[in-house]
Amino acid sequence: MGNPVDQIFVILKHWLLSFCPEGYVPIASILLSVIPIMAVFGGLFALTTILERKGLGRIQNRYGPNRVGPCGLFQPIADGVKMLTKEDIVPRAADQVIHFLAPFALIGPVYIAYSVLPVGRNMAALDLDAGLLFFFAVGAGSELAIFMGGWSSRNKYSLLGAMRAVAQMISYEVPLILSSVPVIMLAGSLSPTAIVDAQGGHSHGLMQWHLFTPWGIAGFFLFMIAASAEANRTPFDIPEGESEIIAGYMVEYSGFKFALFFLGEYLGLFAICGLGITLFLGGWHSPFVFLEWIPSYFWFFGKLMAMIFVFIWLRGTLPRLRMDQLMGFGWKFMLPMTLLNILVAAIWHLSKTWLFPGVYLTRWALCLGILCAAYVWLGRSLAGNRSVGKRVYRFAD
Amino acid sequence: MLGEGIIKGMAETARNFIGSYSDPERLVTVQYPEEHIPAKQNARNFPFLVFDVEDPVAGLRCVACKICEKECPPQCIYIVMDRDDKGKPCKHPKVFDIDVSVCMSCQICVEVCPFDAIKMDTEFELSETNRYGGLLLTKDRLSKSNEYYHKIHSVEAAEVDARLADEKAKAEEKVKAKLAAAATAKAAAQAAKPVAG
Ligand code: SF4
Ligand code: SF4
Repeated sequence: MGNPVDQIFVILKHWLLSFCPEGYVPIASILLSVIPIMAVFGGLFALTTILERKGLGRIQNRYGPNRVGPCGLFQPIADGVKMLTKEDIVPRAADQVIHFLAPFALIGPVYIAYSVLPVGRNMAALDLDAGLLFFFAVGAGSELAIFMGGWSSRNKYSLLGAMRAVAQMISYEVPLILSSVPVIMLAGSLSPTAIVDAQGGHSHGLMQWHLFTPWGIAGFFLFMIAASAEANRTPFDIPEGESEIIAGYMVEYSGFKFALFFLGEYLGLFAICGLGITLFLGGWHSPFVFLEWIPSYFWFFGKLMAMIFVFIWLRGTLPRLRMDQLMGFGWKFMLPMTLLNILVAAIWHLSKTWLFPGVYLTRWALCLGILCAAYVWLGRSLAGNRSVGKRVYRFAD
Repeated sequence: MLGEGIIKGMAETARNFIGSYSDPERLVTVQYPEEHIPAKQNARNFPFLVFDVEDPVAGLRCVACKICEKECPPQCIYIVMDRDDKGKPCKHPKVFDIDVSVCMSCQICVEVCPFDAIKMDTEFELSETNRYGGLLLTKDRLSKSNEYYHKIHSVEAAEVDARLADEKAKAEEKVKAKLAAAATAKAAAQAAKPVAG
């Protein structure tokens, strides 16, 4: 079972279960898995909101919130109180039932998706054989929730936002899944636990994360791009598009339901980051052998925080894409690249049996070469027929 | 190449992020209730009354001529002239109220006052719990010293002081000249008397 510090939560759970009367053990076991997930990721949401606001502030040379508590750290509590005490307005023309259900329909699937993520050694709530499939299937439920919210509000902006959201999420689901196919191929399993185990070995003191292979690098970046589109993060936040359609599908939500939408969005981001970590960044494995003594869950959450930081950084940097740019990027760049990446992964895998001196470098060069050539060529041809010159206006001049 | 701009942008924001911690000069935020931006010379919002000597009531420059009261477009000034026991006007306001909830900061009262008695203030933290009584500024809240005027609008206040001193000197000269003229007239009259007698 490994060392006790690493397994402390698992041991704790078994210890608590031993007090439970016989017939209730399954239910107690479920509760003991679900409640920590809800609490930890809910807390992470609170932490992320303040970190995001502070980080964005610093990026824009501002302080960010610094009034509530030391360094403004209690800001999430103040926000929560504010959200709870706000009036909950439902438009008269709205479809009351669906309008009410939408935020919960968003939160539910996202939390369910967490159940298959291994957040530490032996710490996946649900060790499914087809866990990855389950994750994607459940994750697709959030589209429905968003469309429910946008449709039932009876508002043009909501509907536009919802349509955008659905169009975007469905088109980026394709590259998202295709970019994780190489991992499934090479690990030979759909189970997240098995995929993490496959990245457990090490050579030359470095872990064998999938990131440290040519197809892994490409796959990771493609996955993260698709993931930010799935999570509606900048530069893919056109479903919200404050400057165009106010807040998209959330326009008609106020008070706590709005907060729930917000929560759902962030939880979706954490979930997909967690999946990226599981697939490419070695899950809960440490990056170096000599750091193995640090408990596995620290590594998982450390990596998660790092990814969140990158997302905040991106949000502070990039402007929003236009709808046609988004679609063009998704179908003309992401899709071919992910398909090619599957091919490259196959080459990497089959060339494992080659035997001649310098074979490792040759394999790297071959795979990276194919990917880079495709990247440059695709990038050129997509940007090619666009002239970047002085803009000519028909009416304004 | 594709993605080049993104990397440049990320570098720029990273520079800002780190820079804002290492170099506080970058942060433009003024932490308002604790810190204030130094007020600009031309800042103005509501009028106040200037007094010269120690006493904020007796020293008021205002002579209750009511020109400002008549000129004020939204009619937010209310003046009652002080009278002594015999009912003779004292050239001094008994009541001077400005309702700043009505005042539109047009500065017309300042322009029309012939005595430089009313000037624009920069005080803006005026929130009150009572919107009727609390924003009706009475004479004692309105009267502020000339030093205060120098503090908030130093250039303008120096000009006003110079002009007032000039006028005062001229007035004194006139008085002196009058006195001198009277004296010479008297002397001449005295000189002429014996001749007549
Ligand atoms: S403030 Fe000036 S104009 Fe107004 S009553 Fe006094 S002296 Fe007259
Ligand atoms: S500033 Fe204008 S509105 Fe205000 S008291 Fe003076 S004349 Fe009236």
